[in-house]
Amino acid sequence: MATAPKKTTAARPTAKRLGVPKTYKLYIGGKFPRSESGRSYELLDAKDAFLANVSQASRKDARDAVQAARKAVSGWSKATAYNRGQVLYRIAEVLDGRRTQFIDELVAAGSTARAAEAEVDAAIATWVFHAGFADKYSQVIGSTNPVAAPYFNFSLPEPTGVVAVIAPQQAGFSLRGLAATLAPILVSGNSAVVVASELNPLSAISFAEVLATSDVPGGVVNVLTGFVDELAPGLAKHMDVNAIDLAGVEDDTLATALEVDAAENLKRVVRPRTFAARHTGDLAEITRFTELKTVWHPIGV
Amino acid sequence: MATKPTSSSTPAKKATQTPRQAPPKTRTGVAGPNRWDYAPAPESTSIVQLRDRYDHFIGGEWVKPASKKYFTTVSPSTLKPLAEVAEGTAKDVDKAVRAARAAFENDWSKRSGAERGRFLFRIARILQERAREFAVLESMDGGKPIKESRDVDVPLAAAHFFYYAGWADKLEYAFPGQKVRPLGVAGQVIPWNFPLMMLAWKVAPALAAGNTVVLKPAETTPLTALLFCEVLEQAGLPAGVVNIVTGDGVAGAAVVSHPDVDKVAFTGSTAVGKQIARAVAGTDKKVTLELGGKAANIVFDDAPLDQAVEGIVNGIYFNQGHVCCAGSRLFVQESAYDAVIAKLKRRMETLRIGDPLDKNTDVGAINSKAQLERITALVGAGVEEGAEIWQPSCELPKKGYYFRPTVFTGVSQSHRIAQEEIFGPVLSVLTFRTPAEAIEKANNTPYGLSAGVWTEKGSRILSMVSKLKAGVVWANTFNRFDPTSPFGGFQESGYGREGGLQGLAPYLHVEKG
Repeated sequence: MATAPKKTTAARPTAKRLGVPKTYKLYIGGKFPRSESGRSYELLDAKDAFLANVSQASRKDARDAVQAARKAVSGWSKATAYNRGQVLYRIAEVLDGRRTQFIDELVAAGSTARAAEAEVDAAIATWVFHAGFADKYSQVIGSTNPVAAPYFNFSLPEPTGVVAVIAPQQAGFSLRGLAATLAPILVSGNSAVVVASELNPLSAISFAEVLATSDVPGGVVNVLTGFVDELAPGLAKHMDVNAIDLAGVEDDTLATALEVDAAENLKRVVRPRTFAARHTGDLAEITRFTELKTVWHPIGV
Repeated sequence: MATKPTSSSTPAKKATQTPRQAPPKTRTGVAGPNRWDYAPAPESTSIVQLRDRYDHFIGGEWVKPASKKYFTTVSPSTLKPLAEVAEGTAKDVDKAVRAARAAFENDWSKRSGAERGRFLFRIARILQERAREFAVLESMDGGKPIKESRDVDVPLAAAHFFYYAGWADKLEYAFPGQKVRPLGVAGQVIPWNFPLMMLAWKVAPALAAGNTVVLKPAETTPLTALLFCEVLEQAGLPAGVVNIVTGDGVAGAAVVSHPDVDKVAFTGSTAVGKQIARAVAGTDKKVTLELGGKAANIVFDDAPLDQAVEGIVNGIYFNQGHVCCAGSRLFVQESAYDAVIAKLKRRMETLRIGDPLDKNTDVGAINSKAQLERITALVGAGVEEGAEIWQPSCELPKKGYYFRPTVFTGVSQSHRIAQEEIFGPVLSVLTFRTPAEAIEKANNTPYGLSAGVWTEKGSRILSMVSKLKAGVVWANTFNRFDPTSPFGGFQESGYGREGGLQGLAPYLHVEKG
């Protein structure tokens, strides 16, 4: 049942009380640092009033984030599937608990109350869906293979490693798009470096607060705010990034250049144009960031 | 008991055995004056009827190349020219893609899965019927031992078609809850190390999934692909469903970059794989790349050493080491080092190197002059960088491209022979003490195609398997292949899988149903 929009607007700070606005920072290695560059950019609301100063991450911040993600991936990928499922479910729980906050934040950034609610609820649903997939997807994707010789042979998916994500840019996707791209990456045990939506970055940083309080180990998800054309090339070229999701790259020329850069270490690339056709529940959303490993062993005495 | 001469086989057999000489008592398996030599056992080439000149196979017909140029394919063992083959250019590829598109739109995509399957079953059966012919031709054109073409390449190629034939009408079982549809035209470029088998790995899943194909075989080994066109004709496959354009990298690049190709499948070097990844950037093409490797073969001291040595030899000297998943880096636990090296050298002295068409040959000819030069250069680098080289004392044929099976000991991780893919019969031996050290060294490569583990301890196998960055891990075995078993790499060994249920996905749009 949808909550009445009235209730959500009532939760907004009233003119009488002097609010305590949040400083929106980056999320790297489980901590909330400012950009090492000391830069920020001003974000305006729908009525062109000042909303927040957002950290403008540098290429150095992006490299730090990759380092943190690499450090975290070994532990996260070795966590049991049951454990990963519970952590993803915890994300949904904490997100649900802060539902009003996220709706308010989206409304402040220009969303209608109804659209904001739909977006937050879709994000929660996506996390729940993947929480329940963590200990099943490998049963769906994996197999035992009846080879024509006395060998036991099986195939199992493993996480690809460190995945860079250029989050969807369009309004209505700042939180939902984050869930849609991030959940399938995390479910198999990858770690991620996310470049948040340039114009709608606030939910991404608030979402990092959810991650920080949801038993997601530090470094498993790292969130950068800033400019795609500044941050994405460094991530596409980075030799310790294994895959890149270009969902939020809106400039075709940049997308092609990033794909060319990504070829240097044969990153798995998800092209931006496919984003409209992507759905939570498409197996490919998960498998594109997994590697199938096949094992042979003789059967004998 | 009657003693009159009868046709009973038992005494006759005994009689033929009696005059045979007993094996020399001094036989040790080592070279020397008393070495037990094998009499030549050459396979006849009369079964192969080659034309003087081959054109492209496009739209079900033999089509002359636009360039009007042909090149000669040579046997690497006899150095004799075998046939002239059309030199493909972008124009020929364009013609082939048009034929494939037309066949996709007007015929193949309209057929039921069951019908597509029937064509694939027919192809599998005809390949089995003509197996000897294909095996002999494969060894003539590529230099691999007939034993291997006969027992591995050709049977596996046929098995691959048989396996995917059965998937054609069961695609909905492969992806439960998902909707699937074919991509369209698949452009496929294959290497020279397993010419017919690679063709089967590419063509069978593509057709089963409902796509049509333009395939470019390797420049040095086009003949079995061209003979395969006869199989297509005998199977009655509709014109244009499979098109074959021969040529060098120019034709390959044209296949990859043709705008009307929906899917690119490539097996070959990592360097070319990266070029392809760049070439398809910004397009909607789906890509699978099966590239190079530098596999670690890890032997623990509790391993069954004799079996391990067989696995090591099979891992690196199979197909002259022209195998992307070859076990080219051997890691031996220090405590077993002396025993393993001694057994390995003794075993290698028994390897028979020579005429690919001799049924006793273990190691055949190097595929081409260029490859021989590359192997020679890298082995030179190994010696120069200070590794210790050892080769068995076998004699090489005077004619043809041959290279002695080679072992390097005292190799360190920074040596080129421990880092670069040699793609030849050259093994680099390193050592380790603990499982953790073995993993660290084994994973110290940008590749990630395959790996081997030898130990009698089950829990250690599973632990090693889970930590090795490799798409295929052979435990207490090596270099096994099967159509039901997915194959492909991690990291810079490429992406996508070939074989098995998972080998269908790269040829389909798969989305939530």
